[in-house]
Amino acid sequence: MTNLLLEGLMRSALTESAPQADDAALAELARRLDAVSRRRLGRSLAIREVDAGSCNGCELEIHALNNAFYSLERFGIRFVASPRHADVLLVTGPVTRNMQEAVLRTYAATPAPKWVVAVGDCAVDGGLFAGSYAVAGGIGQVLAVDLHIRGCPPSPAALLAGLVALLEKAAGR
Amino acid sequence: MTSLTDMIAKGRPVADQRPWPRAIVDIDTWEAAISELAGGNWTLLALWGEIGAVHMALLDSAPGTTGVISFACPTGYYPSVGRHHAPAIRLERALRDLVGLEPEGATDERPWLDHGRWGMSRPLGGHASPTEAGAYRFLPAEGEHLHQIPVGPVHAGIIEPGHFRFTASGETVVRLEERLGYVHRGLEGLMAGASLDRAAKLAGRASGDSTVAYGIAFGRAAEAALDIAPPPRAVWLRALMAELERVANHLGDIGAICNDAAFSIMHAHCAILREGALRAADAAFGHRLMMDRVVPGGVAADLGPAGAARIQAFVADVHARFPALVSLYDETASLQNRTAGTGVLPPALAQQFGAGGYVGRASGRTFDARRTLGYPPYDRLAFDVPVLTAGDVDARIWIRIREVTQSLAIIEQVLRDLPDGPIRAALPQGEGEGIAIAEAFRGDVFAWVRIGGDGGVAQCHLRDPSWFQWPLLEAAIEGNIVADFPLCNKSFNCSYAGHDL
Repeated sequence: MTNLLLEGLMRSALTESAPQADDAALAELARRLDAVSRRRLGRSLAIREVDAGSCNGCELEIHALNNAFYSLERFGIRFVASPRHADVLLVTGPVTRNMQEAVLRTYAATPAPKWVVAVGDCAVDGGLFAGSYAVAGGIGQVLAVDLHIRGCPPSPAALLAGLVALLEKAAGR
Repeated sequence: MTSLTDMIAKGRPVADQRPWPRAIVDIDTWEAAISELAGGNWTLLALWGEIGAVHMALLDSAPGTTGVISFACPTGYYPSVGRHHAPAIRLERALRDLVGLEPEGATDERPWLDHGRWGMSRPLGGHASPTEAGAYRFLPAEGEHLHQIPVGPVHAGIIEPGHFRFTASGETVVRLEERLGYVHRGLEGLMAGASLDRAAKLAGRASGDSTVAYGIAFGRAAEAALDIAPPPRAVWLRALMAELERVANHLGDIGAICNDAAFSIMHAHCAILREGALRAADAAFGHRLMMDRVVPGGVAADLGPAGAARIQAFVADVHARFPALVSLYDETASLQNRTAGTGVLPPALAQQFGAGGYVGRASGRTFDARRTLGYPPYDRLAFDVPVLTAGDVDARIWIRIREVTQSLAIIEQVLRDLPDGPIRAALPQGEGEGIAIAEAFRGDVFAWVRIGGDGGVAQCHLRDPSWFQWPLLEAAIEGNIVADFPLCNKSFNCSYAGHDL
């Protein structure tokens, strides 16, 4: 272990430079974030991830945000275990009918001010699963969505660009 | 003891079913098959159905033969398999929910995928009025001072949804019961009537972490149905993608299991290696998870010299960095203390349930679809299938560590021997039924597809390895402390989406 730790100190950081905030995301968010909530949030966001019916592909890439290359926490953004600690719900998948109530309850358990970020193409309108008897639709069918991050799944870089935009808007910059 | 081949010969053969034989059998033969399953001579590979018929895919372990028997049930009733062979119970419950077929004599009549929220029942069985969304009856656990811990469907981590109901005596788990189905998207319903292209995309999203394996299983089943073979280069590229997927998942999970024992340095380093795999995949095939790269007829992306070099560099990087991490795992007593002897799955249960992947192979079951049933190009590749018998979290980690090494060796062989030529064969018009099995990182994915006269999918059934692993997690956690559940669960890493469909 000592060698690994020493090597970690010696070699240059793997973490890559911060992406530009996504322009489309900035435009979408401009309509959503008011000055009051910006003041309350400051430069820190707590995220609760909710899988509403995803294939798990989006989760894999959201996980990657925590690795040394993307290092999400350097921006003051972190994942939390409970919606009660969260500012943002990061919701993936089409919303299955079997998950609909759990999604609504998770939203209700999140204190205001709160935002909903819909991740992945399925989250926009149900994607490939739209029209199924078992699917309610995209996240917007169930919750008011503040930001969409598209992709199947979106790459960690795309996720980062969207979340940085959210942070910048929240901080009022 | 009858052989599966003899039993299938007794039935009425179904034409246009490839490559496994399928026969329609009478009630006596159906019940004889159940006896062979219950007696441990055969392994259940899949159980599915349609209006008027139930199908069972079987593996006769000794000669290694496979086949499908079908039982016509125009009245909607068939003799329950689960009554005598527990691995079939959840499959029968799902079949009742989706199609409405009733397993006669079944011991568990509760719904499984149907939570009473679809606005209908039997969505694939001609629709019926919805079931009541009443309270789900969990199995009882009786005794003094027992308490229950309900967990989920929304979990604390970045993971899929499902419900776990623990009954504990102090810290010790007396009973765990899973309730799944939350991410049921109606995959089979969406596939029925879909074009092959769209169906392949859907199959690739049954479980996103195994998108390549699902692509291979579905692609090979469709190719069998149409009686065509993909070009050799495509077959080898599929293996390259499949092994990259396996390595990426194993690397990520080895670290994540250690992280569940609060040993985060393994997690950090393994995550770096995993990212290397995904970046190499992106450079080589244009998608980090390689979604939609395997298609019926071949593959959708060729490998150029730059992509091959990126994969080679990734392999070299893992060779350089992984051994130190393996030593770190092996030599950290506090970590071993958490994993060794924890969550033991007895070999007899792994055998009975036909547990695939590292879950089976850490508990003495030697099955690996690449080797046991074999499919190209694995017959031309040299690799070992590591098997252990301890059945604990530690053994499951070691299987995955050794499989990383084996998969890297396969990747190097493929890069060296990759044949030239086209990567995709044109699909002929035709109809028929096809079956295939592919070894995903967590076990064998089974696919059956019926292609109709219009060239589209008439019906498709996909069976995730998790169907036979989830019930075993309930057995493995018994007698362990609640705090060790995350470790046990991650060491199984069953799929929710692949199971719920």
